[in-house]
Amino acid sequence: MRVGVGLPSTVPGSPGSAIVDWARRAEALGLASLGVLDRIVYDVTERISLVTMVVIGPIRSTALLAKQAGSVDAISGGRLSLGVSIGARADDYEATEWPTTGRGRRLSEQLATFRAQWEEEAIGPSPVRPGGPTLLVGGSSGEAFARMARHGDGYVHGGGPPRAFAAAVAKALAAWTDLERPGRPELWGQGYFALGGDAATEAGAAYLRDYYAFTGPFADRIAAGNLTSAGALREFVRGYEEAGCDHLVLLPTVAGVEQVDRLAEVLA
Amino acid sequence: MRVLTIGGGPAGLYLALLLRKANPDHEVTVLERNPPGATFGWGVVFSEETLGALRDADRTTFDEITDTFATWDAIDVRYRGETLRSRGHAFSAIARVQLLGILQRRCASLDVDLRFETEVPTLDGVGGYDLVVGADGVNSTVRRLGEDAFGPSLDVHTTKYAWFGTDLVFPAFTFVFRENEHGLFQVHAYPFDGRTSTFIVECPGGVWQRAGLDEASEAESMAYCERLFAEDLAGHRLRSNRSLWTSFVTVRNRTWHDGRIVLVGDAAHTAHFTIGSGTKLAMEDAVALADALLQEPGDVPAAIARYEAERQPVVERFQRAAMESASYFEHVSRYARFEPIQFAFNLLTRSGRISHLNLELRDPAFVRDVDAGFAFASTGRTSALAPAPMFAPLRLRGLELANRVVLAPPPLDAATEGVIGDRYREALVDAGSIGAGLVLTELAAVSPEGRVTSGSPGMYDPAGQSAWADLLAEVHARTPARMALRLGHAGRRGATRPRAAGADRPLRTRGWPLLSASAIPFTRRSGVPSEATPGDLARVTEAFAASARMAVVVGFDALELDMGSGYLLASFLSPLTNLRSDAFGGSPEARRRFPLEVVEAVRAQWPGDRPLAVRVSASDLATGGAEIDDAIALAGELVRRGVDLLHVVAGQTIEHDRPDSGRTPLVPYADRIRNEANEPTLVGGGITTGDQMNTILAAGRADLCLLDPRSLT
Repeated sequence: MRVGVGLPSTVPGSPGSAIVDWARRAEALGLASLGVLDRIVYDVTERISLVTMVVIGPIRSTALLAKQAGSVDAISGGRLSLGVSIGARADDYEATEWPTTGRGRRLSEQLATFRAQWEEEAIGPSPVRPGGPTLLVGGSSGEAFARMARHGDGYVHGGGPPRAFAAAVAKALAAWTDLERPGRPELWGQGYFALGGDAATEAGAAYLRDYYAFTGPFADRIAAGNLTSAGALREFVRGYEEAGCDHLVLLPTVAGVEQVDRLAEVLA
Repeated sequence: MRVLTIGGGPAGLYLALLLRKANPDHEVTVLERNPPGATFGWGVVFSEETLGALRDADRTTFDEITDTFATWDAIDVRYRGETLRSRGHAFSAIARVQLLGILQRRCASLDVDLRFETEVPTLDGVGGYDLVVGADGVNSTVRRLGEDAFGPSLDVHTTKYAWFGTDLVFPAFTFVFRENEHGLFQVHAYPFDGRTSTFIVECPGGVWQRAGLDEASEAESMAYCERLFAEDLAGHRLRSNRSLWTSFVTVRNRTWHDGRIVLVGDAAHTAHFTIGSGTKLAMEDAVALADALLQEPGDVPAAIARYEAERQPVVERFQRAAMESASYFEHVSRYARFEPIQFAFNLLTRSGRISHLNLELRDPAFVRDVDAGFAFASTGRTSALAPAPMFAPLRLRGLELANRVVLAPPPLDAATEGVIGDRYREALVDAGSIGAGLVLTELAAVSPEGRVTSGSPGMYDPAGQSAWADLLAEVHARTPARMALRLGHAGRRGATRPRAAGADRPLRTRGWPLLSASAIPFTRRSGVPSEATPGDLARVTEAFAASARMAVVVGFDALELDMGSGYLLASFLSPLTNLRSDAFGGSPEARRRFPLEVVEAVRAQWPGDRPLAVRVSASDLATGGAEIDDAIALAGELVRRGVDLLHVVAGQTIEHDRPDSGRTPLVPYADRIRNEANEPTLVGGGITTGDQMNTILAAGRADLCLLDPRSLT
C-alpha cells in the first residue's frame, strides 16, 4: 500500500503559496500521492501522484472537466488519478442549478465521455497515457459499484474505519467480477488527520464539524474519527493495508506545512 | 425541562425513569390509556447484549428484571416428529406484565407523574412541554397526528398469528411445525417464568381461511390450536388474553421527529416478532434518547437529531433481519422436503445473523450432525467424520465433483480470433490445481459475431477447438478438477473492446454487426443490433448445436448455456429487450420459446451422462423487467428439457439497472429457484469465505458456490 497526503485547500488559513509549499514538502518527504477534495490540481511537483478525492462530476461540464483533467495529466507527465462521484451534498446541486434526479446516470455518461475524449484526443493536449488519467469512482449504492466496475479503473472510498473500507472493497470486487472485467480495480482509501497535540485536535474537530455541518449529527461522528495521535494513525494505516487498500490518502484538517512533516515522521 | 410521554409501555416508562434519574429537576409526565396491570401478550425476550445496556442505564430495575427472568440456552425445532436441539444461544424472558410493574414502581419512586386511563386524542395541549414523546405503540396516535412530518409507511404482512400463553414450561425456545389438511402451521414458544410460556401460533393467510379461523371465536381458535398442537402441549392448556388473530405490521417512518415531538419504540419502528426484538429495541431507544438529552443539555433539537442518528442504522439492520426472518416463515413450506436436521439449520440461519461457524462455536455437536446429514445426502454414506459442506462431493448425472467450490478465473480478453492464449490456459489450470471441484470458463462464443470483445474466446472453428483440447488435456492430467464450458452469444453486448478500460465500449474499428431480439442498442454508444430474423434464429440454434458437438469432442465435463446478462438468449427473455410481435415475443411463454429451442438442440448433442447447466437471470433489477417468478417458471421449463443445474445471476439486461448492494445478493434468488423449481443451483456474487459457502450449502440455498477468484489473491 502507498500512502499519500491531501492538500489543505479547504482548510482555513491555507493561502495559495502555502499550498505550493505543502505540495513540494510532501514530495520531498517521499509521500506517494497528493490528494484534493472536489478540485482539479495545478501541478508544482515532479514525481508524486496526483489524485482528486473526489470531484462531484454531475455538477460540472463534462467536456471542461475532461479537458482540465487531461491537461493536468499531460502537464504532470501522466500522474493524475481522477476520482469522481455524485457527492453527498444536495446544496452543491442547488448552487450549480443541476437537478439531483438522474445524477447517477449523468455521471455514468460523463465517465464514458471522458474516456472517449481522452482516447480520441478531440480536445485539449494529448494524453500521456493511451487512455488518459486513471479513473476512480466512488459511492456506496449498488448502482455506484456497478458504475465503478463498468467505467472505472478503480474504487475510491468515502472514508471511515478499516472495517467499513473492507466491506466496501468486498462489494467493489464483486461488482468487478459481475461486469467480467479483467484484472482488479485499484482500491483507494482516505482518512482525516491532525497531528500536534490538543490544539491541533481541537482545530481539526472544529474544521470537520463545520465542513460536514450539512450531515447534521454525523458531523460529530466524522470529527470523532479524526486521527490525532501517532498510535491511532498507525493503527488506521495498518487496518487499511490489511483490508487490501492500494493507495491511502490522509487528508489534513489543520493548515500548516509542519503537518506534512509530522505525518511523514509517523509513517516512517 | 418539561417532558410529556404519551404511552406507558416499556419505552415510555423506561425513558421517564431515566430522565428523572439523570436530573431530578426534569418534570416528566406519562399518560397511559389503560389501567395499571392491564397488558396484552405474555412474555418478552431479551438477548445478552441488551441486558448490558440495561445494566448500565439503571441498575435498580436491571436487578429486579433479571431476578424474575426465565433463562435458557437451547433452541428446539420440532419438525416431522423429530426434535432438533441446538445449544449455546443465551436468551432471557420476562412476563410483560411483570416488566411493566417493575418500571411503574421505579417511576413512582422517582416521582414521575404517571397518569393511567388517560387518552390523548389531540396534541393541542402540548405547547408547554420542551419535549413530547410518542411512545404509544404500533397504532400510535402521535404518529397519526403528525404523519405529514413523520412520513410513516405501514407494511402489513400476509401471515396471521395469535399470541397465546400456556401453563406448559418449555425447556427451550421452541419452534413447532405441524401440518394438517388445511396447511402448515408453526409455533414460536418460550418460557418466561417458572409457570408459563408464550405460545404464538402463525400460518399463511390462505391456510388460516381454509381452517375457518377467520370466522372462529377466540375460544374456537384456541380449541383448534389445542387440538393441532396436542402432542406438543402434552396435556397442558392454552390460555388467552385477548389472543385474537392479527397480521403483523412493519412500521417505518421517514423521520422519527417533528420539531420537539419524537417517536420511540413501536410507534417509530417495528420488527417482526420472529426475531423477538420489539421490547429490546424500544428500551434501547429510551436509553439512547435519555443519553442524547444528557449529551446536549438545553438543546432538545440537537439531542433528538443525535438520538435519531444513533438509532436509525441499528433499527434498519434489525428490520432487514426481521424481514428476512418473516419472509422465511411466510414461505417455509418451500423447505418441507428437507430432512429435519437441514430444516433446523436453515431455520437457525434464516436472517443472516448466524452462520455455520457461529453455530459451530455455540454447539459443535449440532453442526457435526448438520455436516454428517449433508455428507450423507451427498454420498449415501454415513461417517462420524463428515467434511464441511463445501468439501462434500456432488453428483450431476455421470459427473462426480470432488467438492462444492466452483472457480471461474477472470477473463483476460486476450484471445486471438477466438483462440485462447497461454495465460488464460494457465489461469484455468491454476484454478483446478487450487482444489476447486469445478472450473468454469468465461463466455465462449458460438460464432465470431457472438463474441463479447475482440479478445473473447470462441468454440466455433478448428483452431479454437484445438486450443480448448490442449487445455482440457492439461487440466485433466494435472488436477482433479472437472471443467465446464460456458457457451453463449453476446448479442447486442458484442463487438466491444477488451475490458481493461471498461465494459461495453464498442469497437471503433473492425467491429461486427450485432444481433438481438429487438433492435435496441445496449448503451447510447453501442451499435444498433438487427432484430433476429427466422433465418438468423435457425443459424444461431445450429451454431449452438455445433459448438456443443465440439465441446463433446474436446472433452468438457459439463456445459453451461448463457441465458443471462443481457446477451442474445437473455434478450429474448426480458420484456425490456424483446418487443417482438411474432411467435418469439409477447407473452412470457413466447419470449421463452427461442431460448428453449436452443436448449433442446444442445441437449440433443450433449451426452446423456454429462450435465447441462444454464446461466439464468433471476431478475432484470429494473422497473418493468423480468422478476424472480419469471425465472422460477423458466427454471421449470429448463428442468423438463434435461437441464441439471441452474447458475443464478441477476441484472445487466439493460445498462442502467439497480443492482442490490447487499453482501451476497444472489443467494435469496438461488434459494427460491432451487427450492421452488426443485433443481440444483450454483450461486456466486460476493462469496469470499468458506463460512459463507458452508452456510449457503448446509442450509440448502444452493448446491454449488462460485468463489470470487479475487478473494484468493
